Amino acid sequence: MSVQTFTPQAFHRQAHDALGNPQIRSNFRRAMDGLMDKRRSVFSEWDVETLRELGANIRLRALSRLPDLLEQLEANCQANGIRVHWASDGDEACRIVREICQAREAKSVIKGKSMVSEEMHLNAHLEEAGIEALESDLGEYLVQLNEQTPSHIIMPAIHLNTDEISDILHDKTGTERTRDVDAMTAAARAQLRERFMAADVGISGVNFAVAETGTLCLVENEGNGRMTTTVPPVHIAVTGIEKVVERLRDVPPLYALLTRSATGQPVTTYFNMISGPRRADEHDGPEEVHLVLVDNGRSAIYQDDELLDTLRCIRCGACMNHCPVYTRVGGHTYGTTYPGPIGKILMPHLMGLEATRDLPSASSLCGACGEVCPVKIPIPDLLVRLRKESVGEGRGNVPGAGVKRNRKEVFAWKSWQWLATHPGAWRAGTGMAGKLRGLAPSTLRPWTDYRTVPKPASTTLHALVKRHRQDHDTTGESES
Amino acid sequence: MSARETILKRLRERADGALSAPESDFSVMTGRGWTPAERLARFESMITAVHGEVHHAARGEWTQALAAVLRDKGVTRLGVGREHPVAVEARAALADGGVMLVDADRDIAAWSREQFETLEAGLTSTRGAIAETGSLWLWPTPDEPRRLSLVPPLHIAVLDAETIEDTFFDVVEAHGWAQGMPTNALLISGPSKTADIEQTLAYGVHGPRELVVIVRHADAPGQADA
Repeated sequence: MSVQTFTPQAFHRQAHDALGNPQIRSNFRRAMDGLMDKRRSVFSEWDVETLRELGANIRLRALSRLPDLLEQLEANCQANGIRVHWASDGDEACRIVREICQAREAKSVIKGKSMVSEEMHLNAHLEEAGIEALESDLGEYLVQLNEQTPSHIIMPAIHLNTDEISDILHDKTGTERTRDVDAMTAAARAQLRERFMAADVGISGVNFAVAETGTLCLVENEGNGRMTTTVPPVHIAVTGIEKVVERLRDVPPLYALLTRSATGQPVTTYFNMISGPRRADEHDGPEEVHLVLVDNGRSAIYQDDELLDTLRCIRCGACMNHCPVYTRVGGHTYGTTYPGPIGKILMPHLMGLEATRDLPSASSLCGACGEVCPVKIPIPDLLVRLRKESVGEGRGNVPGAGVKRNRKEVFAWKSWQWLATHPGAWRAGTGMAGKLRGLAPSTLRPWTDYRTVPKPASTTLHALVKRHRQDHDTTGESES
Repeated sequence: MSARETILKRLRERADGALSAPESDFSVMTGRGWTPAERLARFESMITAVHGEVHHAARGEWTQALAAVLRDKGVTRLGVGREHPVAVEARAALADGGVMLVDADRDIAAWSREQFETLEAGLTSTRGAIAETGSLWLWPTPDEPRRLSLVPPLHIAVLDAETIEDTFFDVVEAHGWAQGMPTNALLISGPSKTADIEQTLAYGVHGPRELVVIVRHADAPGQADA
């Protein structure tokens, strides 16, 4: 398999390629159909709407007190012996992580799944500093071996099928070719156990950071998250500043929503709550625990009442599982760290609308993402807002606002607006269009790429209705 | 200005003004109203659905169930603490058997590789369990360290039937978790698993391949051991 680089600028070409690739189409279709079914059945015994309402409320409350909660989290983590660092952007966060590693003379880092570290391009940064960072989540491991990026935020290797994975393990690790998933899993287990033992530092993400107790919560099935945060002498947790929640009691509802929305599981194998490094009387666990709080564009999103809802996200991936666009084009097509609907409303803030101009419009606005979101983020409304921002009709609160503004388009809509609010001019205009219909252009790109040219009717609907009424004027109906 | 000050200042001086949010109603998380028998049945059906193995034993006879599990699984090296009553009783019962008892309450630096490579099973107590999701509640201690339930390919957990509660929320609230969290708190629901290879479920990826729960009953066991 050749290594391909995907960018949001090339969204249309990448979408075209993905749509023409039967392998990608069937891999995603099968996986997403399964995930949708599982989610539906696992919520069947719940009052889902009440639970979603609670989840949304908890996230809203946390955001409403965000600066206070971050300070409280910091103070309680420090009291627990966790060292807290702050980073304005991805580069600063990378530097902080690298310096912690260098202070321990670390050469080898083992990683649990962390989308923020993907956002920061942490692995590449560490590699430049001569520190090897190895992913330990099986999907992330496969994607890293294949020199790719994750195509889904929960299931990073969902774009690969069993044969492709067998080839990757064979080519990169010498594992014998097989279609036996248990055998491949066992091979990866053996390879990674050596690495857990040898790693100088473990790096993980955070699902929920609890301000009240200074606790970092990690959700996982494989046990690699526990290994990463328990076996190496140093644990560094990296998280976006929006992941904080106020109280410990906020955690069970969000956890209930997260696993059910993400994979249709009632619970994951492990729920790992870390409130400090190994104490003097303990025999294992890391000697040092660090928490890196990463802003990277989040405080800018925070300024705007409508855009703020983006920060409620708990990264379950349900929006992509249910998206008719994502299920057809797959995750790489978007060319961004976060794909699918959440990516479309988040990445414009991180990369600017210039680079991501095609993302907010890569949607049919069917509303499925908003309906399944466990914290009720109005994703379709936010897509519309970003479309407005991209054509300069919003509040200008997004980097690159107005980049798609097109004078001809603005003029066309303004003219239409004027015509539609001036009945005399409208009637004259439509009548004229009917008379001159023979002069209509034969192509109107891009509309006519997939559609026939709209041709004005020789007689307008208004005129037809009027004539009909005159011919059958018996009912006494009249226009108001 | 430091990153910390810059971030906090930006958040505090929010352009669209201060935010408020309604209080939350948590009633959907609690009030299941299950009887002890329903709780146990629910716990068992949930954890066995994800390949957890459940055995039942009377309070005074649980070590026989343990010995049977060890025999069935062919375990010869069992990691175990020394202080918890579960460890004390297990040690007494297994003292003259064919199972080598490996002290788990040692500085990990002394036996990290040994634990990875030779330990076949780890025995731990539990603080309780959650019926709704089939989850065990563990707070590792110096006597039963974090890795005892993680590194060996088999994890055997001892659970008292009366400590099963309805929901995670109930456990957090009833036991005042917020008043004092341990360095590591865990919920464990089955053996380690993954579905990263084309959605095919495989058990035993990084953590234990098998999880055995021995449920101890105050009276006679509620159900015969299968």
